[in-house]
Amino acid sequence: MSTPAIEIEGLTKDYPVGFWRPRLRRSLDHLTLRVEDGEIFGFLGPNGAGKTTTLKVLMSIIYPTSGTARVRGKSIDDVRMHREIGYLPEQPYFYDYLTARELLEYYARLFGFRAADRRERVTRFLERVGLADAGDLQLRKFSKGMLQRVGMAQAILHDPQVIFLDEPMSGLDPVGRREVRDIIHHLKREGRTVFFSTHILSDAEMLCDRVAVLVGGKLQGVGAPAEIVSMQVHAMEILFETQVGGALPNSLAKSATQIGGRYRVEVPEQQLYSALEELRSCGARILSVTPLRPTLEDYFFKLIARNKAVPQPEQAVSR
Amino acid sequence: MSGRSHGWIRWFSLAAIAALFIAIGFLQMRIEAETRTAARQREELLLHSGPVLKRLSLGYDSLLGDIYWTRTVQYFGGRVGNPGEKFQLLWPLLDLTTTLDPKLIVAYRFGAIFLSEPMPTGADRSDLAVELVKRGVEANPNSWELSSDLGFLYYWHLKDYQKASAAYLQGSNIPNAPTWMKMMAAQVAEKGNSFSNSLAIWTELYDSTQDAKVKKNALVHLQSLRALQDTRELDKIAQQYHQQNGRYPASMKELYDRGLLQGIPRDPAGFPYAFGIDGKAELDPHSPIILPQPWESPSQ
Amino acid sequence: MSAIPGIVAINTFREAVRDRVLYNLIVFALMMIGASILVGEISIGIDRLVIINLGLSAISIFGLVMAIFIGVGLVYKEMEKRTLYSVLAKPVRRWEFLVGKFGGLLLTLAVNTGFMTLGLAAALFYVSREFLRTDATILVAIYFILLELALVTAFALFFSCFSSPMLSTLFTLGIYVAGFFSADIRGIGTVTRSPAMQMTARVISYLLPNFRNFNIISAASHGDAIPFSLIWQNTAYAALYVALVLIAASSIFSGRNLK
Repeated sequence: MSTPAIEIEGLTKDYPVGFWRPRLRRSLDHLTLRVEDGEIFGFLGPNGAGKTTTLKVLMSIIYPTSGTARVRGKSIDDVRMHREIGYLPEQPYFYDYLTARELLEYYARLFGFRAADRRERVTRFLERVGLADAGDLQLRKFSKGMLQRVGMAQAILHDPQVIFLDEPMSGLDPVGRREVRDIIHHLKREGRTVFFSTHILSDAEMLCDRVAVLVGGKLQGVGAPAEIVSMQVHAMEILFETQVGGALPNSLAKSATQIGGRYRVEVPEQQLYSALEELRSCGARILSVTPLRPTLEDYFFKLIARNKAVPQPEQAVSR
Repeated sequence: MSGRSHGWIRWFSLAAIAALFIAIGFLQMRIEAETRTAARQREELLLHSGPVLKRLSLGYDSLLGDIYWTRTVQYFGGRVGNPGEKFQLLWPLLDLTTTLDPKLIVAYRFGAIFLSEPMPTGADRSDLAVELVKRGVEANPNSWELSSDLGFLYYWHLKDYQKASAAYLQGSNIPNAPTWMKMMAAQVAEKGNSFSNSLAIWTELYDSTQDAKVKKNALVHLQSLRALQDTRELDKIAQQYHQQNGRYPASMKELYDRGLLQGIPRDPAGFPYAFGIDGKAELDPHSPIILPQPWESPSQ
Repeated sequence: MSAIPGIVAINTFREAVRDRVLYNLIVFALMMIGASILVGEISIGIDRLVIINLGLSAISIFGLVMAIFIGVGLVYKEMEKRTLYSVLAKPVRRWEFLVGKFGGLLLTLAVNTGFMTLGLAAALFYVSREFLRTDATILVAIYFILLELALVTAFALFFSCFSSPMLSTLFTLGIYVAGFFSADIRGIGTVTRSPAMQMTARVISYLLPNFRNFNIISAASHGDAIPFSLIWQNTAYAALYVALVLIAASSIFSGRNLK
């Protein structure tokens, strides 16, 4: 079995909160995850779920309270691991007194690339992210979208094997988002692994081989998008019209929504035929019956609701 | 090396820091030894003007005065015992110190002694000592000690018994002044330089000071005066003996055997006296006591 | 030896230049010009003395101010602005980053001091129309000032790793003042009565950074020769102390969770 691209084992992060008697807030709770080589892996969750925390721990920007992680077999404590990874932070901040070219050259230098190699790479990747014309502009003059592109360029200019992107689509217009999607596809075609976090579920559904869902610091589920949503119970959607002057069946009256002259109701799969029977007896005219494929969004909202119902345990600081 | 500080890296850093501190400490000592031999005097007193420095110190003048006082002490202590030492910076340092902090009485008292003492003990400038103490008396009207020091200076160094008496009198009127000051004023006016006066003055100085060096110096003078008194007494006995027996005694033991002495007399340092060739009493060559200079010796 | 600190240093230098921090040189130049014109009016004999004293003191003060004000933001700014994130994602060790920042500021200070030295030389030539052999001491004085600046920078950088610029400025100034008066701390110890206090004062006075070691301005103005032993001792002192402070800073910075 080949080395997985990313191996996370029991990663936990506690933050002390409050000044006088600090309590610990657990922002990551024993996260265990495995990402295979060459996958596009989506890391999903609502804001505050711990996605950015996870990425920061992987980058050694912050240190975990417990647990380990390896990328391409190397521990995250090993500085050499960083040679093989690229990282795009959530809101990229760069030295605004440098031009785009200078910034990328600086980073390329940190990797140890020689002068000619550096120049070539910087030009190539500026083109690739669509900033060929803005290379000599100072970063303080860049728009958010342009900064995002520079961020993407610095994440990949050294041809890393694993690329970590934190909310890569945020702040981009649809054109920009499509460009990012294209870059991600391109990276996969080159055989690289892409690990990105997002809360835009449609992007995840479109791009990812597999996803993991994080809510409240806890892993809720991992799998192909289709697998996750197939855990859900299917429902059926019925569109109908009532007869003029006719009434709704009692059982459906509560859940039916009205759109113009039409009604829409969702019923669980098992109850489909009994609902149809009731409608028939009311004299309603059936317009359509459609099986509802649950979306990732539904799954998502259910998880959040369930998570809110269970209060997060706060622990007192143990010394 | 990993990014996170593992235990052993922390310990290594701590050990390195400790080792570096030790090295730095020793290096600092070497550097100071080095710069001591160089002309550091110039840097000690960048400014000779007390009032200017006072204005520059932005209200922290008494703190600066304290700092200059410690520098004075160090300066003096570092040079004591140097052959031919003139303590040239003692006056400027004391001048600066007392300008910055006019209420620093210890500085005046120190200067009273060590500015006036002859070399090698002091700077041999009793005129400057008097000036310093006069300033001190003016700035500290409640300090009887400074008046007493002024009286001492006039009595011992300047031999101006009128002024000495006046100083003691003035001091005696200060509340909390000890009663001996009035008596001293009278005695000095009446008898001028005498054993009893000198002994009394040095004794009071010895008792009233808290400075170890001043105390030690006073003790030296007291011992020297007593020794002088003793030798004069012994000389008298020797004269009597000479008149009776036609020759001077050869030793103290001889007088003791004849019952003229109660024991073998010893000087205040514990060394026995002896008679010289011409019947003059002398100190033991091992004794640390030095008899007073002729100009210091009272006639009676 | 890793090239990372050098790369970070050059970038830090570039930031200082673009930040127009070196514009203080203009103020210095104007000051030197004004002083030399003024001094031309004073009687011959102490004109050199005044120019050298003034020039060296100004170089020292300008340098100190720069070292502190830039130094306290060196790491703090990067942490606040999060520019550090993308740098640390690269194969860059935290201590390498720190040493690079230090080197960059030191380079900036050296360049700054170099230009100011030229200004001083020009002013000196203007008043006295010649250079004496004893003026070599001025160069030694400048070198010592640079050593002093290196140590102050190290302290500013150290504090920058964990406290805000305002607090770091206070701390660094505090260390400077304490170090400056370390000999007097020892002196105060000798006039106290408790031997424990005396010993404590002594130990502290030897361990505090003795910034006065580096001040030979009055020797330079009098053209005194400086023994070679003092030069290497001061160099060693600065090197050891800078190493100490940087090790401490690295230790703290390496363990820190950034925002």
